[in-house]
Amino acid sequence: MTVVFGIFLLTLLVITAVAVVRTRNLFVAVMLLGIFSLLIAANFLLLDAADVALTEAAVGAGISTVLFLGALALTSETEHAATPHRWLSLIVVVSATLVVLYATFDKPTFGDPEAPIQQHVAPWYLEKTPEYIDVPNVVTAVLASFRGYDTLGEVFVVFTAGIGVLFLFSAPHGHAARRRPGARDGSSIGLRDDLIPRVVGRLLVPFILLFGLYVQFHGDYGPGGGFQAGALVAAAFILYALVEGEDRTLQALPFNALLALMVSGALLYGLVGVASIFLGGNFLDYSVLSEDPVAGQHLGILLIEAGVGLTVTGVLLSIFHAFAARDRF
Amino acid sequence: MQTVLDIMSWILLTAGGGFVLVGGIGALRMPNLYTRMHAASVTDTMGAVLVLSGIMLQAGLSLATIKIAAILLFLLFTSPTSSYALASAAMLAGIKPDAGRAADCEDAS
Repeated sequence: MTVVFGIFLLTLLVITAVAVVRTRNLFVAVMLLGIFSLLIAANFLLLDAADVALTEAAVGAGISTVLFLGALALTSETEHAATPHRWLSLIVVVSATLVVLYATFDKPTFGDPEAPIQQHVAPWYLEKTPEYIDVPNVVTAVLASFRGYDTLGEVFVVFTAGIGVLFLFSAPHGHAARRRPGARDGSSIGLRDDLIPRVVGRLLVPFILLFGLYVQFHGDYGPGGGFQAGALVAAAFILYALVEGEDRTLQALPFNALLALMVSGALLYGLVGVASIFLGGNFLDYSVLSEDPVAGQHLGILLIEAGVGLTVTGVLLSIFHAFAARDRF
Repeated sequence: MQTVLDIMSWILLTAGGGFVLVGGIGALRMPNLYTRMHAASVTDTMGAVLVLSGIMLQAGLSLATIKIAAILLFLLFTSPTSSYALASAAMLAGIKPDAGRAADCEDAS
């Protein structure tokens, strides 16, 4: 049954991908990309990867669609005509596809217990997590503790991406004075005159924030964690910006606060690592953070997940505001 | 008791699936945007309510049922709102609702 569902979802995925490439209307392409993300999230869920599915649904289908739409608002809605070098690209694509297809013959079959992924470190993680870390969600244990270096790297990648977008998009001071004719000011972004979305949106924002906090702090026990929670909290603020206007969102959570969130999250993560060195352990070895090694692991995971959440929220929201503010220059 | 619950939940699931199917056919076959939206909103309301109620009966009195009820409540708030926002955007874009016409027409006046 799982295989049938999987093949169905993957077929839809291929159809959506082809449609994204074929369509000339970028607005349609953005909507199809959202559907693509939802389909792949359903596929992840089918493979019991609930954490990844949650991330994909929140970031891929939610936030990145909004960011794409923000980018589309700054550019034209239709794609330019294709470049003339089509044969060259066709040859590259076909040969790359053949190589990838050839490589799949060496892959183990789906769910094969002899596959390297089931034999290498995964059994050790599954066996030792109750002893060393004692959290029910092994994904969180692997992500936050066993492979804390990798997650630190991911947080820094997100942080760097945010800084990069801000560098590209920040106009110099005084630039705002000579406005493009017809440029909107911040007050006109949003649906402030539209009663129904406004009322429902305002009603939903606190619940989305609450759910974000739940996902953040429930990550040890169920699917969730800092990345998903950060995306959800950012989505709540973006919804507020859409129904109430961007300027009011900036009043509620100023841009400097977003920068502080970005920096403090990455800093918190790094400091937990440094603190564990000073307490006599290795970098990001949380066992030394408390008298009891398991309690130390819990504390460390809580702190670094908080760092991840803060950075992701800050980066996603500042990218959103950077896109929205670009309209005014 | 379990059999009764199973039969009821399967009736609800089948009916919900039927509504989703009708909504899908309608979204494909209806002539213009507003009628297509009308058909598609059947999926959001009756389809979702019936399917989720069917799953709730399957789950019994548990945490899962409460979560599904929360999802149902969320859907009942959001899907009419998104339908409204879509129709409102279409109106602003200049597509006039006209039951007599087969296709969408952009009226500049």
